[in-house]
Order: sequence, then C-alpha cells, then structure tokens
Amino acid sequence: MSTMTRLAKVLRRTTLQAVPTVIGIVILNFLLLQLAPGDAADVLAGESGSATMETVAALRARFGLDQPVLVQLIAYLDNLAHFSLGFSPRYNLPVSDIIAQRLPGTVILMLTALALALAFGITLGTVMATYAGRWPDRLISVGITLFYSIPGFWIGLMLILLFSVKLGWLPSGGSGTIGTTVSGFALVIDRARYMVLPALSLALFYIAIYSRLTRAAMLDAQTQDYVRTAAAKGLSPFAITFGHVLRNALLPVTTVAGMHLGGLLGGAVVVETVYSWPGLGRLAFEAVMSRDFSVLLGILLLSSLLVIIANVTVDLVQAWLDPRIETR
Amino acid sequence: MATLLDIQGLTISFPNATPVKDLSFQVAEAETLAIVGESGSGKSLTALALMRLLPKTADITDGSIRFAGEDLVNIPEPAMRERRGRDIAMIFQEPMTSLNPVLTIGRQIVEVLRLHRGLTRAQARREARDLLDLVRIPDPDRCLDDYPHRLSGGMRQRVMIAIAVACRPKLLIADEPTTALDVTIQAQVLELLDRLRRELSLALLLITHDLGVVGQWADRVVVMYAGRKVEEAPPEPLFNDPLHPYTQGLLAASPRLHDDLHYRDSRLSEIPGSISSAVKEKGCPFVPRCPQRRDVCRTVFPDTTMAGLGRSVACHAVTPTIATGPSLHDAAVRL
Ligand SMILES: Nc1ncnc2c1ncn2[C@@H]1O[C@H](COP(=O)(O)OP(=O)(O)OP(=O)(O)O)[C@@H](O)[C@H]1O
Ligand code: SF4
Ligand SMILES: [Mg+2]
Repeated sequence: MSTMTRLAKVLRRTTLQAVPTVIGIVILNFLLLQLAPGDAADVLAGESGSATMETVAALRARFGLDQPVLVQLIAYLDNLAHFSLGFSPRYNLPVSDIIAQRLPGTVILMLTALALALAFGITLGTVMATYAGRWPDRLISVGITLFYSIPGFWIGLMLILLFSVKLGWLPSGGSGTIGTTVSGFALVIDRARYMVLPALSLALFYIAIYSRLTRAAMLDAQTQDYVRTAAAKGLSPFAITFGHVLRNALLPVTTVAGMHLGGLLGGAVVVETVYSWPGLGRLAFEAVMSRDFSVLLGILLLSSLLVIIANVTVDLVQAWLDPRIETR
Repeated sequence: MATLLDIQGLTISFPNATPVKDLSFQVAEAETLAIVGESGSGKSLTALALMRLLPKTADITDGSIRFAGEDLVNIPEPAMRERRGRDIAMIFQEPMTSLNPVLTIGRQIVEVLRLHRGLTRAQARREARDLLDLVRIPDPDRCLDDYPHRLSGGMRQRVMIAIAVACRPKLLIADEPTTALDVTIQAQVLELLDRLRRELSLALLLITHDLGVVGQWADRVVVMYAGRKVEEAPPEPLFNDPLHPYTQGLLAASPRLHDDLHYRDSRLSEIPGSISSAVKEKGCPFVPRCPQRRDVCRTVFPDTTMAGLGRSVACHAVTPTIATGPSLHDAAVRL
C-alpha cells in the first residue's frame, strides 16, 4: 500500500469520527453557558444606566432570550444547520462577521507559536539527549524548568519590559504599525516584529514540553536494537541520530503535541490580552464579560473545530512517520 | 588456511565486574568457528568487543584483537567505523527488532552500500535487489519497498544477512542468529549462512547455545564458561570425547545428541547449578558445579593446555595426564 492511499484512509476515518463530536460539543457548550448568571440584556441595561424593567424585557424578547432553553437550543441548532452562527446583540452584527475579523490574527499567532515550539523543542531535546547527563543537558534542563513553571502572562510582561521598554527593539502590543504605508517585504517585517513577543510568550511553555519529550523519546529510541544494527553498519553517530533515532523519537512527540494543541488556544486568550493582540482570545474574553453568548458559542464551536483539525493533522503526520499505522 | 582473526588474552570489564577474562582464540579465513556457552558466559560481549560496540560502561581492559594483521583494540574510532559493516559485519539474535521499523527494507540495505561502496542511488538499489535475491527472498523487487513489519522473523533475518554481506565482509559474526526463530526456519537460515560463507569465502563466527547447530555447521568449537575459554576442539572429538567437566556435563545434559532432530532442543543450561554462583575471582569458576573438583581448583585457575591436534582444555583434572604438548599459542600458528 502506498503512503498516499494509507494517508487517505486515515483522513477519511478521522473526519467521519469528527462529526458527532462537534454536535456534542455544541449542545454541551450551549447548556453550560445557560448556567452562568445574567444575560446580554442585563449587561446592556447595566451599561446604559437608565434601563427600566420594561426595556430589559423588550431587549430579551428581541433576542429571543425570554424563550425556554430548549427552544433557544433548537433555534441555535437550526441556525447552524443553515451555516449561520447567529446574531450578536452587543455588536449588532452577525457573529460570523465578528469572528471572521478576528480569526486570522489568532490562527497566525497559534501557528507561529506552534512552529517555534516544535523547532526549538525538537532541537533542544535532540541536544539534550545527545549530551544526556553532561553540562549542555543540565543547562538546558534548568532553562526549560523555568519556562515550564512560570505562567505565560508573566513571561509576556517580562519580555515586554526587556525588549520593548528597556531595549526598545520590539513593539509592546498590537499587530502592526498603525497608519503605515509600507507594503511587500517591508510589511511582512513590520508584522513579524509585532508577532515575535506574543508568539514567543505563547511558545515557551510548549518548547519546554516538546524538548523534554524529545529528550526522553530519543534516549528510549537509542537503546533499541535497530540502533545497534545501524552502528554495526559503520554509520557515524550523526547519521544514526538523524537517520534512525530521531524519526522514531518523533512518534511519541507528535502524539503529545496534538493533545496540547487545545491548550495553545487557551494560552492565546491570555497572551492576546497582554499584548492587545486583536484575536479570538480577546474577543472571547470580552464576550464572557458582556454575556454575549452567541459570540462565545461561535468561538467555542470554532475552537473545537480547530482542535479537531489539529488532531486529524496529527493522525496524518503519524501515519506518514510510522508505516505500521493503517486503518483498523 | 591463514589466520584472519587472532584474539589474545581479551579481557572485558565493567566498573564492578569482569565478564570476559583472558580469552584467546583464532579464526581462519573462510572457516566457521562456533562459540558455545550458557547464558551470561560472555559470548555476546566478546562479539561486541570485536566490533568495538561494547556498552558505554564496558571496556577492553587487556588483550589484543588482531584482524587481518591490524590491531582493532587501538585503532581510532573513525577507522573502526570504516571496518564495521565492510570488513566485519554482524547479525543479531532478534530479527524482529533489529531492523528500523519506519524505514523501508530497500533503504536500509542501500544505506550500507552507499556508505562503504560509494554507489549511486540507482546502482545501490539494483545491488540491494540482487542481495535480496542472494539471500533467497521471494519477489525481491516488492520487498525493497516494504517495511519490516510486513515480513516474518525468518525473512527479516534474511534481510539482516543481506545487509551484513552487502559489502563482502571477511568476517561475519552471527550472535545466536536463529534462537528467536521456528525450528524449521532455523535450519534454512543456517544453511543460508553456510552457503554464503562458501560462496563469498567469508569466515563465520557463530555464537550459539544450541549444540545441534555446532555439530552440523562448525569447523571448530570454543566452549566458554563464566567469561573464560574452557575447551576448544573440532566438533567430532568434542562430542565423542569431551575433556572438560563442563563440556561433559553439557553433553550429558543433551541425551540424544547424535539424533539430529534433538540437537536443536538441547540447551546448555540444563546442567545443575548456575553461572551466577561462579562470579568469584580466583580459581576455576566451575568449582561449585564440578563433580571432579579438587583443592587446587579453588585457588588456581588452570592453564590452557594442548590436548591433541587443534584441541585445548583448561582443567586441573585433565592437565596432569595430557598437558605435555606445546602451548596453545604455538599450536594456533600451525593450525
Ligand atoms: N550492560 C551491561 N552492564 C553490566 N553487565 C553486563 C552488561 N551486559 C552484559 N553484562 C554481563 O556480562 C555477562 C556476559 O553477558 P553476555 O551478554 O556476553 O552473555 P551471553 O553469553 O551472550 O549470554 P546470552 O546467551 O544470554 O546471550 C553477563 O553476566 C551480564 O550480566
Ligand atoms: S579445574 Fe577443577 S573445578 Fe575446574 S573444571 Fe577442572 S576439575 Fe572442575
Ligand atoms: Mg548473548
């Protein structure tokens, strides 16, 4: 069986499994949010300051918030079936429009952070495994323990203090220079400068996780019989590490990396707030504060889709790395 | 026949143990030398020392290994790397785990061909196909692109052999190559090894604890016990007239030795006692299990002495009567 047909089979199986998962997530989210005290009408009324019982009731009626929960749920599911995420009372806009504005920012941030985390994590892990027990291993270990144990927002603030306030090298927040007229490569550079600190604050925790995993997986792979076979062929330590050990060691790393992807989205909420990054994380935060449940539900649905896509990707990468994985 | 491999006084130590002590033997070009001995007697460590692939904590603390006139103990690691897989090759006991599970068979053969013979990708692939043919793998073209998990244990061991002989080595070390295989497959793999030995005129160092294998395929046998060579002889005299009490015990423990079918089932560990009771230094390590022990055995390890043509033995019970010939070292030169 060729690699391609193998991958196609894995893709079909995982996609089919995703559909019921998503429906379950939507219903569960909807019911959970009903448990939170207050609704959008309360918040709007509170903000205006002069609302009467009648105006609040009118607002509720307008957004259907006075209906029984079950009716609201069915209405929401009906919307979804027509590919609509509903309407936000607060922004006075369709939810899909609001989310579409913010989605690219978050996706770019997450992907950059993930790429950084994998690149640094696997490199550091390989170095640590190669020098296991000697000083490079110990030194990196200490650094990694710090990344692992310090909360992301604090690292974010410290990075701002160092690189923005003290050194003045990088901007402290936002996603691009306001009113700039540059384009092409200069624009990319401008955006990248704004990206570095948030992506790094988000990535550090995962660098810690991936490098430890890589180290452990490589040390384990090094003791395998096929490594001895490779040495008996006369291969150099370098060729053995990169030709035989690393690829086997990446198998457990990709599994755990996939499981942590959901956490990356959670971390984005904090980092986007610290760096005033215009992404979904901050939108979610605002939606919670204003009880704008239709926006929140939309974001939660999208997040679950992102996590599912991530899992499918992990399955595909695994199937590509490991020929023993086939459809069951 | 010229001596290819000459090991003298080889001693291998871990920080707290010395599992191979003062081991000497020779392998001539294109012959099969079998090393037998029960589990833990130091067979694998000896083989790994020849490849200079000992575990990190182990060290060759004494002795010399001369291979084709060159001292392998002291040549630098990069030079040793050039010998590995090209002049000396090795196959292992576990065919199921000795191949890399995520690389195709073809790639694992091509790798060694390109490394040592400098072939292009296309040449190496053709050669790999021919090698699979040589080790009698059916449908070699398909096998090239297959992954190890799709092959049976016997087929995988054939692939390992193909990799081992890819660069026409002078010496092939096979560490219990058939122990993990079915009985019927064992015979086929050993036949294959013997055919390759003849066709490629390579010397075979066959490590086993299967006396049947020894009787059928070996030109000479070295019997090891607790890291020492206790007896060396061609298989016929060894089976008909074992001199060392340990060898005698071995043969007694495998009742129908001359019945071919039962050869393969006879395991050396059937002698009462265990090798772990023999770790104490000084004296003969076989003392606790030896029916012929005497006082001197507890304090002095017996010298290795000649006991006829191509035979030697290290035992106080044998020494007084037969130890009149020249020392083993002289005999080895004449061999
Ligand atoms: N990595 C190691 N660390 C410490 N001791 C070891 C190590 N490897 C082997 N030994 C010891 O060295 C001795 C010889 O081991 P070796 O593997 O050479 O035996 P063997 O004759 O090949 O046995 P088997 O038939 O089980 O393969 C054993 O007693 C073992 O305990
Ligand atoms: S030296 Fe002594 S103890 Fe050792 S085998 Fe010979 S008789 Fe037995
Ligand atoms: Mg062994």
